[in-house]
Amino acid sequence: MFQVFCIFIPLLAAIFMPFFFKKISSIHTGWFVLVVPVFLVIYYATFVPAISKGDTIIEQLEWIPSLGISFVSYLDGLSLLFSLLISGIGALVVLYSIYYLDRTREKLHNFYIYLLMFMCAMLGVVQSDNMMTLYLFWELTSISSFLLIGYWNNRDKSRFGALKSTMITVAGGMMMLGGFVLLSIMGDTFSIRELIAQAPELVTNDLFVVALVLILLGAFTKSAQFPFYIWLPDAMEAPTPVSAYLHSATMVKAGIYLVARFTPIFAQSEVWVWLVSATGLLTLFWGSFFALKQRDLKGILAFSTVSQLGLIMSLLGVGAIAYHVEGAESSIFKYAAFAAIFHLINHATFKGSLFMIAGIVDHETGTRDIRKLGGLMSIMPVSFTVAIIGSFSMAGLPPFNGFLSKEMFLTAMISIAQFDLFNFSTWGILFPIIAWIASVFTFIYSFYFVFKTFTGKGNIEELPHKPHEAPVGMLISPVILAGLVVVLFFIPNILADTFIKPAVMAIQPFLYSSPEQINIHVAAWHGEITTELYMTFGIIALGLVLYLTLAKWQKMYNLFPSKLTLNNLYDFVIYELFDKWVARLSGQYMTGSIRRYLSYMLGSIAIIVIATLFIQDAFRVSFEDASPIRPHQIIVILVLVVGTITTVFAKSRITSIVALGLVGYTVSLFFVMFNAPDLALTQLVIETISVALFLLAFYHLPQYRKEEERTRFRFSRAFVSIAVGVMVTLVALSAHSQKFIGSISEYYKETVYSLAGGGNIVNVILVDYRGFDTLFEVAVLAIAGIGIFAMIKLRLSTKGDKL
Amino acid sequence: MEIVMAFVCGFLFMAAVYLILSRSLLRIIIGTGLLSHGAHLLILTMGSFKGTVPPVLSDGVTDFADPLPQALILTAIVISFGVTAFFLVLAYRAYSELKTDDMSLMRGSEENE
Repeated sequence: MFQVFCIFIPLLAAIFMPFFFKKISSIHTGWFVLVVPVFLVIYYATFVPAISKGDTIIEQLEWIPSLGISFVSYLDGLSLLFSLLISGIGALVVLYSIYYLDRTREKLHNFYIYLLMFMCAMLGVVQSDNMMTLYLFWELTSISSFLLIGYWNNRDKSRFGALKSTMITVAGGMMMLGGFVLLSIMGDTFSIRELIAQAPELVTNDLFVVALVLILLGAFTKSAQFPFYIWLPDAMEAPTPVSAYLHSATMVKAGIYLVARFTPIFAQSEVWVWLVSATGLLTLFWGSFFALKQRDLKGILAFSTVSQLGLIMSLLGVGAIAYHVEGAESSIFKYAAFAAIFHLINHATFKGSLFMIAGIVDHETGTRDIRKLGGLMSIMPVSFTVAIIGSFSMAGLPPFNGFLSKEMFLTAMISIAQFDLFNFSTWGILFPIIAWIASVFTFIYSFYFVFKTFTGKGNIEELPHKPHEAPVGMLISPVILAGLVVVLFFIPNILADTFIKPAVMAIQPFLYSSPEQINIHVAAWHGEITTELYMTFGIIALGLVLYLTLAKWQKMYNLFPSKLTLNNLYDFVIYELFDKWVARLSGQYMTGSIRRYLSYMLGSIAIIVIATLFIQDAFRVSFEDASPIRPHQIIVILVLVVGTITTVFAKSRITSIVALGLVGYTVSLFFVMFNAPDLALTQLVIETISVALFLLAFYHLPQYRKEEERTRFRFSRAFVSIAVGVMVTLVALSAHSQKFIGSISEYYKETVYSLAGGGNIVNVILVDYRGFDTLFEVAVLAIAGIGIFAMIKLRLSTKGDKL
Repeated sequence: MEIVMAFVCGFLFMAAVYLILSRSLLRIIIGTGLLSHGAHLLILTMGSFKGTVPPVLSDGVTDFADPLPQALILTAIVISFGVTAFFLVLAYRAYSELKTDDMSLMRGSEENE
């Protein structure tokens, strides 16, 4: 029970944050928050020995048992790794934020509540085995991310960024929910483990590819893949600890996690392999290419994150090929999944530290614009060192961990070119080429980021603040992360045995039965000169040349038309299409005119009913049951028709009302002819009173005016009325011509005297058999009377000038 | 006869809808009057015109007209009367407040929508 409970610890702790903030205002609230992730790191670390042996630990808390929905904490290599990343980097980020956010000026309780909410949501995402609760936590990450991006909610850009990220990620989340539902229909369970067990049968299902694409859309939007990456650069309006935590290390990796988690189910499909690897590669290239266009430190890092996420994604796609290869344990594709996880860890370390450095630079100089910065090296030596370590690792240089994973990435990309399934033999050659070009750009923007900020002349006097080295507390977290970057380079195999191999087992469970079987040994130097090493040399050489000539060709980015960007497309869809065009469209038919609405309604009813009659072949005319027509009836009908026509086309209202009276009296004549004395009586009386009422009311109402209307509406009015008339006639004819069961009235006729003691069957029905109707009909009359009285007597609004 | 009456009812409905779609409030109310006449006749027609005597017990006759539709119509007449009366007064009040009976002028504006 405690294991599931641990997911919710951050959420529980969040409840107390306002108390700490309001009551103990002398201590920065962050110190209280720090306890939570530190505890979680220690707690999850206790699982490491068991998990690294290949065990899985599962605990369940029923939520809606009747629907099979429960909170499940399922720890295997993959989810433990993510849990540790979330809580570990969470602790560092909280520590950093203590120095970054001012205790007196910021609404800290809000900040930490959102942050803890997010932590809970992320832990839930990576540990949930139940797809419904996974979705629940998934959307909770979107919501908390929305709140965190919009933390400085008095800024327009923050609100814009928050809205944009939510629009895109929630849209993706909805798609993912659809995919989950389809999967659960196919497999009849919400449990991912059980679905993985059924994976071979699921592949043949018709819904399989649909579910695959929907779930991928969820993953791609969350992980900022092409073309959904556009929210990430705008999310940089968040406070820097948030950017470091959510938008580099954890939340954007939720999509990666999802892809990794569902690989055992979907990797059987060619669509999956292609979509994941190609999208990842395109994102990698696109992000690295446009990172150099950015002027904002965090903008560069945002695009760099997009690009690196694309790298991990493409590795997962290539790793899925292992499912299609004979003897995959020995094939090269097993490297891909391994490299993906490895790079994921590396990226979390160096990108987290770089974001923190960007935050420090912003904090100490007052600007993040790379054109204004420069020459900070001697002023901020520690930050500079950390930035160098992070950037070089990002560029893939030794002796930093990025080098190792980049090498493995290149290995995987080279091997895919030789793969001869799914058309990879023809298109596969593009993979290493694009990967290589993207790596060159990665190299350049890494250098661009660090050297344009810290070296060069710079104009330190013109900066908003006088720069100085950041306080020690602020430097702790980036230094720890940078330390990890270096340490991981030297001990990659310990990391691999403890974390990566169990995680790879979760991604490729069919291939291995225990982590020891994964015979991958990471080494900085293989002892031989391989193709990928040559590629690395090429990257460094070309990257250096291009970096040194950057000033000359960076202008080329301005050549891209600013109208044709994806951001413009988003703005167009949200602000033009939805706000303007849809409003204009609804303005077209929602005119406010009741006549128009009535003609919509009546016309569509008529059309639907008539169409249904003929489509269902329900229209019949039968003369068998009909009673004979008598001459006097024809005369009454003629009178009725003449009266009706007069009513409709009368020029004056008095003619109309008299003609309406005429119609009423002929109706009462009909009642006489058709043996309904009570009706005739009532109709006569009511018609008389009605005519009197009409006359009374008309005395107060204006004269008829000529009906002025456009011909178009006159046509539709005639059309609608004829359609309704035809509909009624057709329905009446069909209903009359096909009666299936007799009337219930035989019972009334037989028992009216014996049971009810009356002779007038209609009256007995009204007051005895169906007395309830009468009761409420009386109520209707009473209400109408009271209503009329109230309308005439109560004139509250006449005093005011408006109705 | 039922066949003819089906056409009569359809005709009444057509005329009623034509009036209801007009601009003047008076015509709309007259239209609802015609509509209820049409509906009542339709109920009666659908009950069929079999039976030669009114549904009142008298010695030796059993060929009654169907009493149930008649009971239903009786209820409907009273209710439509109540509604019509209410509607008339509403029209009167609307006219005295708004000084118009033109439906196309009685639109919700941007403020009170």
